[in-house]
Amino acid sequence: MDESIYREQIIDLYEHPLNRGHLETADWSYEEDNPLCGDVIRIDVKLDENQRVADVAWSGEGCAISQAAASLLTEEIKGKTLEEVRSFDKDELLELIGVKLSMARVKCALLSLKVLKAGAYGMPDPEEMRKFDNPQ
Amino acid sequence: MLDVNKIRADFPILQDEAYPGVPLVYLDSAASSQKPLPVIEAMNHYYRHTNANVHRGIHRLSEEATNAYEGARERIARFINAADAAEVIYVRNATEAFNLVAYSWGRANLQPGDEMLITAMEHHANIVPWQILAEQTGAVLRHLPFLPDGRLDLAQLPQLLTEKTRLFSFTAVSNVFGTVNPVKQLIEAAHQVGALAMVDAAQAVPHMPVDVQAWNCDFLAFSGHKMCGPTGIGILYGKRHILEAMPPFMGGGDMIRRVTLEGSTWADLPHKFEAGTPAIAAGIGLGAAVDYLTHLGMENVHAYEQYITNYALEALSEVDNLQILGPSAAQRGGVAAFTIQGLHPHDIAELLDKDGIAIRAGHHCAMPLHQLSGINSTARASFYIHTTTEEVDKLVISLNRAKKIFRL
Repeated sequence: MDESIYREQIIDLYEHPLNRGHLETADWSYEEDNPLCGDVIRIDVKLDENQRVADVAWSGEGCAISQAAASLLTEEIKGKTLEEVRSFDKDELLELIGVKLSMARVKCALLSLKVLKAGAYGMPDPEEMRKFDNPQ
Repeated sequence: MLDVNKIRADFPILQDEAYPGVPLVYLDSAASSQKPLPVIEAMNHYYRHTNANVHRGIHRLSEEATNAYEGARERIARFINAADAAEVIYVRNATEAFNLVAYSWGRANLQPGDEMLITAMEHHANIVPWQILAEQTGAVLRHLPFLPDGRLDLAQLPQLLTEKTRLFSFTAVSNVFGTVNPVKQLIEAAHQVGALAMVDAAQAVPHMPVDVQAWNCDFLAFSGHKMCGPTGIGILYGKRHILEAMPPFMGGGDMIRRVTLEGSTWADLPHKFEAGTPAIAAGIGLGAAVDYLTHLGMENVHAYEQYITNYALEALSEVDNLQILGPSAAQRGGVAAFTIQGLHPHDIAELLDKDGIAIRAGHHCAMPLHQLSGINSTARASFYIHTTTEEVDKLVISLNRAKKIFRL
């Protein structure tokens, strides 16, 4: 039978995840679970002075798909601007995962993106924040 | 013993393949059972030949539909040995049965400070309605913990079940641990402190003889679709004098005696709790399911499930690093929830599916049970009258193959 969803790269990432852990100093951290399966993912993001992703780490428990997706996603967004993170499309992540997923498993794959975006949108807009620094 | 091959021939879906060249191995009956041909045909016959609304028409079709629908109720009542068919209320599923009792009995009878008791191994259907009720009435919801092996911690019952307790609602069989709880003993304990006892029999009625009079339960809930019947139909059993004292659950047609614009009076049991046009075909289908199971004999059904569950527990224990939840085979029903170190339940289910094997992965609508067991989720295989030892063997082979793919 076709087991392509568990291709080598997915199993490799499950065994040896990328960017797994916590950041000591993060600009934002966000955590959410998938109530269907109880899986949980947290993502910490640190931006540099140009509002680009300087460092990112993820932690949590989940299936091979959700764990591999978290590795691939965090690797992909390094160096991206906050705006690019906010507009990162789910199809881009599914393409990175590169295997055909059933509807139920797409949810597993997208949990990390949901967590990333919730954190990115929850963070105050830097432009807006500056206005508070220099009130006119 | 049941002739499993003869039984398999009764289930059209078991003749299908899961994928081309891959036979279906259905090990998810605890979530929803498959339907034998007589059940499908009973509903088909209703729609083709006797379709009409019930309890209303003077014409032939309505009379035939009413007879079929009410005849099913009488056979369902006999199946659980209710004293009277009027004590058998059609609902959508066990969930609705709990909500009906919480909404109708609970709001009429609970005062702030009153207590309700459930157990920590309940399905969400037997947790959430009481939480809502507690919030609305000021009553307190308590729970009886379970032991590490999935049996109830009965030593704690005397502290938790007191004269403050108005209702003790618990499952007869856990849908995760498989534990068969000491139903009669728990009901007696409830009655001794003056509490009512409600039994979640969703995992019991499909699998073993259930006698509501022998148990002496006040309420009992089960779903049709887990016992060879269709979805959209379930049963609330209640003792007549208790149901009669309860206000209606939903208002509308069919549940009234007389309506004026100033007020209404209610129909007699069971119709008082059955507002609106019901799931007629589903009721008829559940009647056919009861006939099917009665013909097999519930003692035989239970004996076969014990046999196949024992076989499965033994086979699964041969898989390295596989942990089965719940008590020993002697005290459990036909479910085996398990975890495999290094392999997430979703991945197990997905890989098994490729071999045509349907199991469930997740928390099985029992999140507190999983939290208290210190696990996020489990994989669950469940067995029924059509499960063969060959299918259990396939499960084990497929699990070992999944482990290999994950380099375990």
